[in-house]
Amino acid sequence: MALLEIDNLSVHFETDDGIVKAVDGISYTVDRGQTLGIVGESGSGKSVSSLTVMGLSRSRNARISGSIKFDGKELLTSSDDELRKIRGNDIAMIFQDPLSSLHPFYKVGAQIVEAVRTHRNVSKQQAYDRAIEMLGLVGIPEPRKRAESYPHEFSGGMRQRAMIAMALANDPKLLIADEPTTALDVTVQAQILELIERLQSEFDTAVVVITHDLGVVAEMADEIAVMYAGRIVEHAKTDTIFAGPEHPYTWGLLSSIPKLDSPRDEELVPIAGRPPSLINLPGGCSFHPRCPYVKPAHMKTDPTLEPVAGSDGHKVACLLAHETRQKLWRELREGTAPVEARADVMQDAPPPEAIEALEETEGRPAPTTVEEQPS
Amino acid sequence: MVTYIIRRLLWAILLLFVVSFITFVMFILLPSADPAVLRAGRQPTPELIAAIRENLGLDKPWYVQYLIYMRDLVLHFDFGYSYQNNVAVKETIFDRLPATVSLAVGGAVVWLLIGIPIGIISAIKRGTILDRAAMGFALLAISAPVYWVGLVSIYLFSKDLGKLAPIFQGSGQYTPFTEDPIAWASALILPWLVLATAFAAIYARFLRANLLDVMGEDYIRTARAKGLGERRVVFKHGLRSAITPIVTIFGLDLGILIGGAILTETVFNIPGIGRLAFDAIQKSDLPIVQGTVLIAAFAVIMANLIVDILYAFLDPRVRY
Repeated sequence: MALLEIDNLSVHFETDDGIVKAVDGISYTVDRGQTLGIVGESGSGKSVSSLTVMGLSRSRNARISGSIKFDGKELLTSSDDELRKIRGNDIAMIFQDPLSSLHPFYKVGAQIVEAVRTHRNVSKQQAYDRAIEMLGLVGIPEPRKRAESYPHEFSGGMRQRAMIAMALANDPKLLIADEPTTALDVTVQAQILELIERLQSEFDTAVVVITHDLGVVAEMADEIAVMYAGRIVEHAKTDTIFAGPEHPYTWGLLSSIPKLDSPRDEELVPIAGRPPSLINLPGGCSFHPRCPYVKPAHMKTDPTLEPVAGSDGHKVACLLAHETRQKLWRELREGTAPVEARADVMQDAPPPEAIEALEETEGRPAPTTVEEQPS
Repeated sequence: MVTYIIRRLLWAILLLFVVSFITFVMFILLPSADPAVLRAGRQPTPELIAAIRENLGLDKPWYVQYLIYMRDLVLHFDFGYSYQNNVAVKETIFDRLPATVSLAVGGAVVWLLIGIPIGIISAIKRGTILDRAAMGFALLAISAPVYWVGLVSIYLFSKDLGKLAPIFQGSGQYTPFTEDPIAWASALILPWLVLATAFAAIYARFLRANLLDVMGEDYIRTARAKGLGERRVVFKHGLRSAITPIVTIFGLDLGILIGGAILTETVFNIPGIGRLAFDAIQKSDLPIVQGTVLIAAFAVIMANLIVDILYAFLDPRVRY
């Protein structure tokens, strides 16, 4: 039995503008000690799906269906109290921006103590010792001294280390890392990823890493699920995703990663267009408005995630024939048929400010902000 | 921190000089009744008025008057004497201060006790009938002028005039605390409630908006992700942040009220600083006006300073 089994999970939010299908029928499993990378653009539903595992997307306007089994226990039907006992104890989570994720008015040590004492019946002193032990474990120098510091007195990387210390203080079986390195300097990013990997093997924790950056998960993930518009469009072992990806969207993600060995003047190829509105998804394959290989039939038929012949554990939701996809990918790799963004989608590309704005809203279930402030 | 406080205090002194000068100039420039004529009583002789003018120093040029006033103030901490009854301004103000402080502090306690719980409940139960009702009442309370609320409350609830439930002491019953604490409190209940109405409404709305804002912060999500109970999330994590700006406006509001709650004091005939200022303006009693303006300015400046110092303790990110 897998540690986390998600089956046909949908998270829809009712808003004044219509139903936002943030997550629309996704399934995946994570085994003990395993790492799953969930990759996708802003608004692909990757964060919402993980927040739902934590029970943090429950709200009056959320409609959640499907199944989330953790350690054999169904979480979707669990009461708030039952979920609360699991949160921060069996399943822990770290977030994108460690500065805003730590309470500015409380000392770092005290925040970890609180996490420990919420789930364990230990004295303050014991919890404090545990906090210091954890701070040392995540590589914070002089942990006894730094436990008395406030979050704003830490650097970005240190804050994320403190977040990780807090998340792992109760030996969780599953750690969900939501864009754990996005807000950090590039040099610090690698350190944080290494740290997560090291602690994972030490504690035998399963990890779900959510990111928009395939580079982040390339080394640490065992499997990768690529999400687009609330669905998983491709799911495979990490090596397979990099060696033989089958979905045009995955190709796009791969060609937008800069490589050290390519010529300096080689241009990166962006994926044309922008993510679709989750209220009003395009008919047929939801990627069709941005897909360079679209055929008229793709605008009518909705592809399902199906196993790829001859590739173990590899699933893809694409209407192109397997042979066509293999041929296209081979050509793309050899550079004989360079990915040319379709002219008509490029015109539709949003200005850079719009992309930044999208990026900023990432990580929060957007619909809850929609109904805010009725006065 | 200490140098910061010293610097602020020096600024405060400069500011008080400016305030006193402006008050003086406004008094000279703007049309007002002649204090000497008012002092002289009915059908005075010109000689009497001239004698009074000379006696009060009103015959000297205005800048000389100001300089004399400042000299006495700086050298002897002497605020001068009332034009109308020759009582020392300092004495009068210290005489009136307890009533104003009683009204302001008591009212503040009442509005915090009412406003803060309503703000919290409204934020937690956002969008419910409870929230809508509370915010509707709050809007009414903010919109209603204090003198109107005061008069209506006397009409409905005062022992002498109350038409609905004559349960509280009405107007003009103020007794100093030192004389009779029970009479003091019972006379102030209605003024406290009236003064607190608008403030409680403002605080409830402000806290509600703050708390809703804070509850959307990332660190609240972290608190929930830790598995904390909702009560602890709201009170220890949410309220802790949301209450800090409330401390700021509370300090300022209290400072302003120590300078005199003119309307409430007038409606309930409470002998405080506000009433004193009001009467002094009507009687062109410059020294009293100066005294009340300076004490009000001093209260606001000090409140401001205390709030800023307090902030360094409330928010660890703030350093001076």
